[in-house]
Amino acid sequence: MYFSTDTATTPLAKIPEGDLKDKWSNFKTQARLVSPNNRKNYRILVIGTGLSGASAAASLAELGYQVTSFCFQDSPRRAHSVAAQGGVNAMKNYKNDGDSVFRMFYDTLKGGDFRSREANVYRLAECSASLIDQAVAQGVPFAREYSGYLSNRSFGGVQVSRTFYARGQTGQQLLLGAYQAMMRQVHLGKVTCYSRHEMLDLVTENGVAKGILVRNLDTGEISRHGAHAVVLATGGFGKIYYLSTLAMGCNGSAIWRAHKKGAWASCPSWTQIHPTCLPQSGNHQSKLTLMSESLRNDGRIWTPRVKNENRKPQDIPEEDRDYYLERRYPSFGNLAPRDIASRAAKERIDAGHGVGPLKNAVYLDFKDAIANQGKETIVKKYGNLFTMYEKITGINAYEQPMMISPAAHFSMGGLWVDYELSSSISGLYVIGEANFSDHGANRLGANSLLQACVDGYYILPQTLPHYLAQLSKSEKPDTNTAAFEESENQMRTQLRELCQINGSKTVDHFHRELGKILYDKCGLSRTEKGLTAAIEAIRSLRQEFYQDLKIPQNENGINEELEKAGRVADYLEIGELMCIDALSREESCGAHFREEYQTADGEAKRNDRDYAFISCWKSGDPSPVLIKEPLHFEFTKPTERSYK
Amino acid sequence: MNFKLKIWRQENPKTKGKLVDYEVKDISADTSFLEMLDQLNETLILRGENPVSFDSDCREGICGQCGLFINGRAHGPLDQTSTCQLHMRSFKDGETIYVEPFRSSAFPIKKDLRVDRQALDNIIASGGYISVSTGQAPEANQTRISSDEVESAFDAASCIGCGACVASCKNGSAALFTAAKISHLFQLPQGKIEHKKRTQNMVKAMDQLGFGACSNTGACEVECPQGISIRHIALMNKEYWK
Repeated sequence: MYFSTDTATTPLAKIPEGDLKDKWSNFKTQARLVSPNNRKNYRILVIGTGLSGASAAASLAELGYQVTSFCFQDSPRRAHSVAAQGGVNAMKNYKNDGDSVFRMFYDTLKGGDFRSREANVYRLAECSASLIDQAVAQGVPFAREYSGYLSNRSFGGVQVSRTFYARGQTGQQLLLGAYQAMMRQVHLGKVTCYSRHEMLDLVTENGVAKGILVRNLDTGEISRHGAHAVVLATGGFGKIYYLSTLAMGCNGSAIWRAHKKGAWASCPSWTQIHPTCLPQSGNHQSKLTLMSESLRNDGRIWTPRVKNENRKPQDIPEEDRDYYLERRYPSFGNLAPRDIASRAAKERIDAGHGVGPLKNAVYLDFKDAIANQGKETIVKKYGNLFTMYEKITGINAYEQPMMISPAAHFSMGGLWVDYELSSSISGLYVIGEANFSDHGANRLGANSLLQACVDGYYILPQTLPHYLAQLSKSEKPDTNTAAFEESENQMRTQLRELCQINGSKTVDHFHRELGKILYDKCGLSRTEKGLTAAIEAIRSLRQEFYQDLKIPQNENGINEELEKAGRVADYLEIGELMCIDALSREESCGAHFREEYQTADGEAKRNDRDYAFISCWKSGDPSPVLIKEPLHFEFTKPTERSYK
Repeated sequence: MNFKLKIWRQENPKTKGKLVDYEVKDISADTSFLEMLDQLNETLILRGENPVSFDSDCREGICGQCGLFINGRAHGPLDQTSTCQLHMRSFKDGETIYVEPFRSSAFPIKKDLRVDRQALDNIIASGGYISVSTGQAPEANQTRISSDEVESAFDAASCIGCGACVASCKNGSAALFTAAKISHLFQLPQGKIEHKKRTQNMVKAMDQLGFGACSNTGACEVECPQGISIRHIALMNKEYWK
């Protein structure tokens, strides 16, 4: 058995009483507060400077708390939120097309295949409108109509237009807003910001978070930081698949090291494989670039009707094209949610209808959109995406269709948090993509920017003080403790040992191998047999890693290979837990597609009787322990998730 | 494809660096420039040598962390393209390629091709924002902003903070970077109130951080991966002297 189950523990989600629409106000009304003149006495560490981290650091500092912020990039402005292209969802109903907080809540809950908490998702929708106000006030240049009012577009899995966008650079512009807000606090002396610093360990005493250990990536120096609370805003770990849409440095190390100190991990196997990415074209690639989902507003996805079609796409007549998403999902068509669109692409590719040199892609065609709307309109909407596509592939997508393929993109899973965004360790909060909370088993497009911002701007600044206010007044952060000493010794030994293996294979070799195992066996579709084989393969790869890894130089000073090795060492453990998680869930839901559990027409078949729970994994020896947080649907009725 | 590389190697900020020759073979034309360096590094590591240290993160042209001087141009031979978006098909088979860091007195070299660009963050900290705290914002559609105004502000806001402008400037000036932020916020109604103080503070910070003065050569505009125009510098100067 790869895991054990603890049925005696029931996680406390701390969902406030009351009607769905009153829960968040009820929390705020009853929450403990810290008075303005006392706030400066609290030190908060925020790890990560993406949308959730930067917005949290800025908002907490504005309230008067002392914040220390860390990022591994050379500037906080480079965190990977910057790369989000398409947009951010918000319930403004500016289009008068029937949107409401409840509808947005329901779309998100259904999009996640009823595997998230009603109360969390409702709060996300409820806070969404304020975010747009805040971003506009910061100077985020969202697209406008000629009238000067804000413009919207539509994203996958919904039938209203609630996506706000800033060209194809929405993430960049939102992040710059949050980064600038944080830099304002740096200037005011309220935030201390350390770039090129990576968290090595979470330090706890008696089950309470007391601080962290960080390594200066430029000097190799290790330092201790104590605090009243630690906030992880470290993003997703989709880079575990090696080829992914993520940045080179994205990693799961901070959350994994916190997990080893007692924080539960939830549903780590729920990875969003994004349908519109550039296909793999050989072995030289270091990443698969995402092409925004917004392209599916106007682009039509198809494959040739016959297998091994050799004609150029522009020479294939209409009757020989299979617009398979429009065929299978007539009401949502090309805007079917991501998990469904990705699986449908895989089905066509596996059936021999794939296109491109490696037959591993499908076409995304703008021929009709250009004919109907004119090239100028398409240039205005997606110009930078077309330019990017041409830069990478050398192909002009105004003249022939783009070739796209699914790639690992977003981690719905992450550290378990309660309604207050607190992990299972007291004083450790987890926000943004790093947590498991609002997206269930599949995230809807344009909801990740939203969740990161809402967590950082609106939720944490209410829930963290509620925790701080009950700490004893005499408590001061102290790094001269046995716990810090032990953690530092452990981390120094670990780094030294990695450098001393002196084997014959590079870190990237191990990372690529792990990626292949996971794509193949714990990616778009999973089986019991495949997952079991994957666990064994990962275990032997891990063993080989510690025997045959080669890292040049030592742990003092800049050593990129050592940085990567630390992350891959964690990935080799996370990967195993992902497979165990996928194995333990004997149903299909959202992005988690177990081949054994599907409907007659190949859709995910949920099992609400046995699996309507969030899997919470506790680190355990010899195997991880599964704790179940049951999901209660009081205000909705889980239905079959159909987009037909 | 095969290439000869001349790469700047420098152990740390204090030591003297030099160009070192390397060769890479059998590189696919679809390989990006940084992936070519990844391949070189794997070979070096397996040979027991130290890999070339360089910066990159998103590798899709938006985070601004990559930045190499390639054959004497910031981000290489293509216009409006960051280093990570440059592919080997842009070079001739057998070509000798010079690879150097973004050099400027305000960007000390950390190691090999890595430089310290923290000074750019410091310019932003000095005033590159609208001073609005979380919760203060009015309803977003209350202020109408014409599509043209927003698009024009966006042209400035699209700066990725890579520092190519500084590295390309013979004076090491950060005028384009600073002006882009000033212009982005100045062109929006919500950013106008603070613009005088913002401009004064950011220009002052730029001078204090060791960046040179702008002498309007326009090199920055040519090398900017986002194609940001020097007309923003004119706007900054006008506002500064007003």
